[in-house]
Amino acid sequence: MAGIIVDDRPYQVDERENLLQACLSLGFNLPYFCWHPALGSVGACRQCAVKQFRNEQDRQGHLVMACMTPAADGTRISIEDPEAKTFRASVIEWMMANHPHDCPVCDEGGECHLQDMTVMTGHAYRRFRFNKRTFRNQDLGPFITHEMNRCIQCYRCVRLYRDYAGGRDFDAFGSRNHVYFGRHEDGTLENEFSGNLVEVCPTGVFDDKTLMPHYTRKWDLQTAPSVCAHCSLGCNTIAGERYGTLRRILNRYHNEVNGYFLCDRGRFGYGFVNSEERIRRPKSRPSRDGQTIPIDKDMILRELGPLLADKPSRIIGIGSPRASLESNFALRELVGPERFSLGLSVRDAGLNSIILDILRRGPAPSASIHDVEQADAVLILGEDLINTAPRLALAVRQSARQQPMEIVDKLGIPRWHDAAVREAAHARFGPLFIAAPYSSWFADIATETYHAAPDDLARLGFVVAHELDQAAPTASTVNPTIGSLAKRIAAVLGQAERPLVISGTACKSEAVIQSAANVAWALCKTGTPAKLCYCLPESNSLGLAMLGGKSLEEAFSIVKNGAADTVLILENDLYRRADALSGDAFLKTASKVIILDTLEHDTTAKADVLLPAGTFAESDGTLVNNEGRAQRFYQVFPAEADIQESWRWIRDLAVASGHPAQPNMTAWNTLDDVVLALSEAIPVFRRLAEAAPPEKFRMIGQKIPRQTHRFTGRTSMHAPLLMHEPKPVKDPDSPLAFSMEGYLGQPPSPLITHYWAPGWNSVQALNKFQSEVGGPLRQENPGVRLIESFGKRTVTYFTDAPKPFQALDHGWLILPWYQIFGTDELSARASAMAERIPGPTLMLHPEDAATLRFKAGERTELMLGNRSHRVPVKLDAAVPRGTAALTIVSDFTDAVLPAWSPLIRVAEP
Amino acid sequence: MLKLLKGIWLVFLHAFTRPVTIQYPDVKPYLPPRWRGRIILSRDPDGEERCVGCYLCSVACPVDCIALQATEDEHGRRYPAWFRINFSRCIFCGYCEEACPTYAIQLTTDFEMSEYDRRNLVYEKEDLLISGTGKYPGYNFYRVSGVQIGGKDKGEAEHEASPIDLRSLMP
Repeated sequence: MAGIIVDDRPYQVDERENLLQACLSLGFNLPYFCWHPALGSVGACRQCAVKQFRNEQDRQGHLVMACMTPAADGTRISIEDPEAKTFRASVIEWMMANHPHDCPVCDEGGECHLQDMTVMTGHAYRRFRFNKRTFRNQDLGPFITHEMNRCIQCYRCVRLYRDYAGGRDFDAFGSRNHVYFGRHEDGTLENEFSGNLVEVCPTGVFDDKTLMPHYTRKWDLQTAPSVCAHCSLGCNTIAGERYGTLRRILNRYHNEVNGYFLCDRGRFGYGFVNSEERIRRPKSRPSRDGQTIPIDKDMILRELGPLLADKPSRIIGIGSPRASLESNFALRELVGPERFSLGLSVRDAGLNSIILDILRRGPAPSASIHDVEQADAVLILGEDLINTAPRLALAVRQSARQQPMEIVDKLGIPRWHDAAVREAAHARFGPLFIAAPYSSWFADIATETYHAAPDDLARLGFVVAHELDQAAPTASTVNPTIGSLAKRIAAVLGQAERPLVISGTACKSEAVIQSAANVAWALCKTGTPAKLCYCLPESNSLGLAMLGGKSLEEAFSIVKNGAADTVLILENDLYRRADALSGDAFLKTASKVIILDTLEHDTTAKADVLLPAGTFAESDGTLVNNEGRAQRFYQVFPAEADIQESWRWIRDLAVASGHPAQPNMTAWNTLDDVVLALSEAIPVFRRLAEAAPPEKFRMIGQKIPRQTHRFTGRTSMHAPLLMHEPKPVKDPDSPLAFSMEGYLGQPPSPLITHYWAPGWNSVQALNKFQSEVGGPLRQENPGVRLIESFGKRTVTYFTDAPKPFQALDHGWLILPWYQIFGTDELSARASAMAERIPGPTLMLHPEDAATLRFKAGERTELMLGNRSHRVPVKLDAAVPRGTAALTIVSDFTDAVLPAWSPLIRVAEP
Repeated sequence: MLKLLKGIWLVFLHAFTRPVTIQYPDVKPYLPPRWRGRIILSRDPDGEERCVGCYLCSVACPVDCIALQATEDEHGRRYPAWFRINFSRCIFCGYCEEACPTYAIQLTTDFEMSEYDRRNLVYEKEDLLISGTGKYPGYNFYRVSGVQIGGKDKGEAEHEASPIDLRSLMP
């Protein structure tokens, strides 16, 4: 700690920080633009000027940029000094000289950092009489708008896009007052993190294009804390609604998980909530080949009740890794654990439970995204992070900066001094080894890459583990290339202080997952505190694995044997989980197929009864992310009449059936009841209730409002339907209220609905919610880590190293090629995504293509799960010989992949 | 006694003064131009809607009786897709007019808007939009704003330089 004196008052601050960060942490309102807690200082905007004094006698002082001055012990500064204040006002005045008269038509208006800072400095009257500079805008694709006239040249965008996220198709162009931020030509921003420009830009140059068609000001959005549903990382989000539709997603800061940034899938994938294909009313299908007809909620429950009551043992429940823990548990209670299926194939359920087992057994603990950023040597085994867990890829990019920081520290450069740090590190990156079946742009900072079939990747893992610890089993017949690569990897990981091994389910290979564990365990055994990070396929995959249940194949065979005939499917499209033939057979054999879901899909097309479930925005629930952290997401807006949480539907079914099996279920009225029942029923969830405050939680006797204190249109928006303003809808499940009334201060972190502080209307108000800027939130509740493996010392290695991959003459091993846009079931249904979803493509090694006489762009026929498909071919030398990678978009799923298939060239007419 | 007579005398004199009562509705009273009566949405001098859907009127409204939804045409011009004022809640404070950055929303001298059914006091955009500029002739927001719309390119607004040529090497 360092003692500094601000305006003649002493304060204690962290000496590793700069003065700006220190002053903001102390609660001072010091205007700034170019500094960002995650991006550091460059001193570009000159806005945070303060007066610094040499000593007590110094009355003259001199102006310094707070963001470029260390908070050294004994520093004396003045924020309120008249000269400093005038300087800051002048800087704003210069910036505003060219800023257009746009605020009414600017999407940033009302949450604009430039507006806030202008008001803060007191600049109110334009003295500049000359013309304003103008720029032409670019079309930056379906996610981001561009309005360069508004730019104040703070350089935050380019620092985020290029330096932080590694994007290459965006830069600063021109010189002097002609500096332009954009692409070299019009076109979609390629980087997967472009959406963060919306929050990082202090004004309205970059805004959310998906918000525009239903534009709403920040103060009019009804917002609630949510958790991203589009991959297993569980990034925290703030989802906003107006007039009954979901309008946008913003980042919600979580110190351990997503920090300040989201990926574009998470930010722009929300559109499925408003989709035309939503199931909004209960429907029943009188005849199997006929159409569905809408049916009254009470009527359908009266019809289904006796059906469930008559033969409770003849019902199969199929859960889902994209449904909340509570909904899955409710289904498990309704049908009984022995008739509850996870809704995953044996293989997929097996992969998830192996990961769970590895994380539980230890000794390597699971890494949070924050841990990943801190790692100083990373090995990625079999995972294409940028597509399967994008936010994690961004974290890995930061981890590659850890080792060069040693040079920076040696030179005495403070770490926040971004330009100097990058100059000193100068394109040096820390060790990052990527072993994956195919390549992505993300490998540009990799120390070494290795592309091979899953079996060979696993073998590499086994050999690395063996190099680290001779007691670890190795693979048979190791060729010298792999041997020497493994030696290099082992040497680097062994020397690192915080090594990390990342793997996951992307290869669909047990051996890959196990070999990653062997590496981390071997490191732990040799005394290095290694961490493990596994990527899973969906938002609640790990939670479902903890819940446990039968595989889909077992469910299929139970129905096939006639032991059950009624099927209750919870938020699951079986055609994404199993091959079409067995799915068809299963749905045909079952006498009654009841589906609870949000969107129409292939499985709902075969349902006898459809019940409308709430999406993440219309329900509360808990998700367990890839590190085993249980996090609560909250309902954003009251759902339409018939839509309700899946667990409520299941409860209603239990009530309607008179529920002979599980009488307690009928007493479930709130989410807390379900959470309590779950935590009592299954030991691993005993701390589940700690993930978020219970419904009874109040701040000074009040609920926390979802609406801002300036929410508008209350007496007008419902007027055509109802002259008398309707009462706010009650929320029985959470301490949040569908109202603008309630506690206006800062609630505990899982309940923060939006960031706002007096004078701080933009997302930068977040500073006021953190205990210190860039640190944890005040009253932080980071969720509950359900798995902790600390203190475990014994290591039992996996021994089954696979044999080397053998290419076949007549067939190719088709591997899944996941896509950030298109693979995820829900976000792919968002209208904004359509333009970014690639067409189905098969990626093939050029030499393999040559033997087949393929040219790029030609189409091939391949057989998957007894069905033939025709897809265009793309050539890439990174694809291992004997394999091919198929994009998992539109009708293609990874259910039957990897699979062997012949490739037949389709003669084009 | 004298006081009493004085009072009666004064009352008697009043019988000869001019009455102040105006025979409304036969006679219309004088209303100053800044009277705060029925709210209208005006058009700019080119006949286009002035409202750009910025939501400042609705946020200024103390009784929250204004609701709207902004949208954008294919050339970037913003306008309200729908605009609703619930006059059964309106208190005619005029804050919306003060907040409006484009002179779109204006209060007029019309106050004769009583209805037997409260529902008829909910005015939609077609009820609010007039064909003229109202009290503020001449002002057109898009002529001063920096955004590009159909018929107005970058650099064509007032006090704007023509767009910068990024390929230029001139100092």
